[in-house]
Amino acid sequence: MGEPIIEISHLMKTYKLGGETVHALNNVSIEIKKGEFLAIIGPSGSGKSTLMNMIGCLDRPQSGKYLLDGKDIGKMNDNQLAMIRNQKIGFIFQNFNLLTKLTALENVELPLLYAGLPAKQRREKALEGLTKVGLIERAGHLPTQLSGGQQQRVAIARALAGNPAILLADEPTGALDSKTSIEILEVMKELNELGHTIILITHDLAIAKQARRMVSIQDGELLENGGEPIGNIAIY
Amino acid sequence: MGILQSIKMALRSIKSNKLRSALTMLGMIIGVSSVIILVSIAQGSAQNVTSRINQLGTNLLTINTFGNDLALTEDKINELSKLNGVKAVSPVVSGRVNVKKEKTTSQVTLTGTNAAYSSVKDTKVSNGRFITDLDIEYRQKIAVIGADTASTLFGTTNPVGQYLQIEGTSFKIVGVLVSKGSSMGQSGDNVVIVPLSTGQRLVKNTTINQVYLQGKSEDQMDLVMNEVEMKMASLYPNKSDSYSVTNQQDLMDTMSSVTNTMTMMLGGIASISLLVGGIGIMNIMLVSVSERTKEIGIRKAIGAKRRDVLLQFLIEAVVLSGVGGLIGILTGVGIGKALSSLLSLTVSFTSSVMVMSFLFSLAVGVIFGVFPANKASKLNPIQALRYE
Repeated sequence: MGEPIIEISHLMKTYKLGGETVHALNNVSIEIKKGEFLAIIGPSGSGKSTLMNMIGCLDRPQSGKYLLDGKDIGKMNDNQLAMIRNQKIGFIFQNFNLLTKLTALENVELPLLYAGLPAKQRREKALEGLTKVGLIERAGHLPTQLSGGQQQRVAIARALAGNPAILLADEPTGALDSKTSIEILEVMKELNELGHTIILITHDLAIAKQARRMVSIQDGELLENGGEPIGNIAIY
Repeated sequence: MGILQSIKMALRSIKSNKLRSALTMLGMIIGVSSVIILVSIAQGSAQNVTSRINQLGTNLLTINTFGNDLALTEDKINELSKLNGVKAVSPVVSGRVNVKKEKTTSQVTLTGTNAAYSSVKDTKVSNGRFITDLDIEYRQKIAVIGADTASTLFGTTNPVGQYLQIEGTSFKIVGVLVSKGSSMGQSGDNVVIVPLSTGQRLVKNTTINQVYLQGKSEDQMDLVMNEVEMKMASLYPNKSDSYSVTNQQDLMDTMSSVTNTMTMMLGGIASISLLVGGIGIMNIMLVSVSERTKEIGIRKAIGAKRRDVLLQFLIEAVVLSGVGGLIGILTGVGIGKALSSLLSLTVSFTSSVMVMSFLFSLAVGVIFGVFPANKASKLNPIQALRYE
């Protein structure tokens, strides 16, 4: 743990919904350090998806500042954002979001393809990633031939492929049974121990408790709960 | 991301939707093959016409006179033959005459001319000999007959050495012409050629109304034509309305401009089907973009730039149209060959037409692929990811 990798200060994001202004993010400030395992917990409609999109550089802040690895995200154009997403962020989604027509290996190769790596290096790195998540024998399988847990492992391998600064997991266990959920969380804990910064977004307190630090978000406002995950915050 | 990789990806997504891709390509296949078939048929017939005209004689100038106030006399014709670029001159009297052999009669075109006619008009005998200058001098009653005239009057027997009646006068047949076929309403085979002097008697007119001149070389015909026109103007001052000098090349040019127009028109009509094929591609690509919104969202989330997504869909469209174009060329050549052997049409395939129609099909892919590809590349990743 050391220098901050994410510095968010006074972030605002509003939507116009049927003439009414909704504060999806209201004056949000947070600092995340390298090597942290952070859980962001909040019910649906709390603004956590918006925050995830913001942290994942899929969206730009309306006001406030977002520094990722020292770079001001608010000042970047679409192409630069795409490059940041490619190099700095590994997404893990609730529905895995693998491309169904590509094999596990090709899915893992995809971010490396957009990074412009030559074919041989892509293959090596992707195989390495699949080995890390224990799916090397399934490299040639299509996502439809894999179980949910296996698909999520492939997705994790894909997120890791470009060796990004942060792993951004949006309800990674939302579509899995409890046994597989535990497995996936174990994988994430291992990755964190290996030094990866992980941001976990969830509505499930039990999942959030697995993280080393927890913040909650409600009505667009972020509430810090100190370093320790505690049980007495809002019951979801 | 490299182009090669993009092409691989495009081929893969085309393969994963075989029926749809095949139907989309069908539009291009029909378009390209119809362009090739129609243009090849048009060019084939153009070639046909050109070679027919060439058969009438190359390097040919024709002087025609109208009315009777201008007499092309022998000495004036001799002066024309002394011109620099002129190789040979062949004056002609002509008319329609009845020929008779025993009970068979036939009306044919009679041509009275000299020995040079054979080379000037590229008229060869297949049997016997042509008229000689001596025949003219002695006003010989001999005739060379066309292939059709020979078969009408003599059937399969050899006419050379036999006699026939032209307007009641008996003529000895000395030769039969090689068949030329007919062109532009003039039968080259239903003719009788006699010596000029005898011909003048037969048509009861001594006026020579037509003179053919052969130039020395094909590429100097314009020069020769000028020479002849100037000579004619000095021989017959102020009578330029009574004669005309025409060049065989002029006729060629006219015909080739007609056939070019025909080729262009047919190609243009066929191109419309290429355009329709292009619209089909655009349609399918638009469907594909909305079907694959989620995929586009995922790709963008993991770092695909606008350019990457744009290229992916554009290349897909171009591969569809390009492969369709290639199959179309093969189909077009196949059907063209089948047509030419079944209907005995002259079909001429030129590589330029094939290359052009292939490039055109690629261009159609680009033009009609840009809109859907641009649409895909502009998708907002957040909304695209949420799309189910």
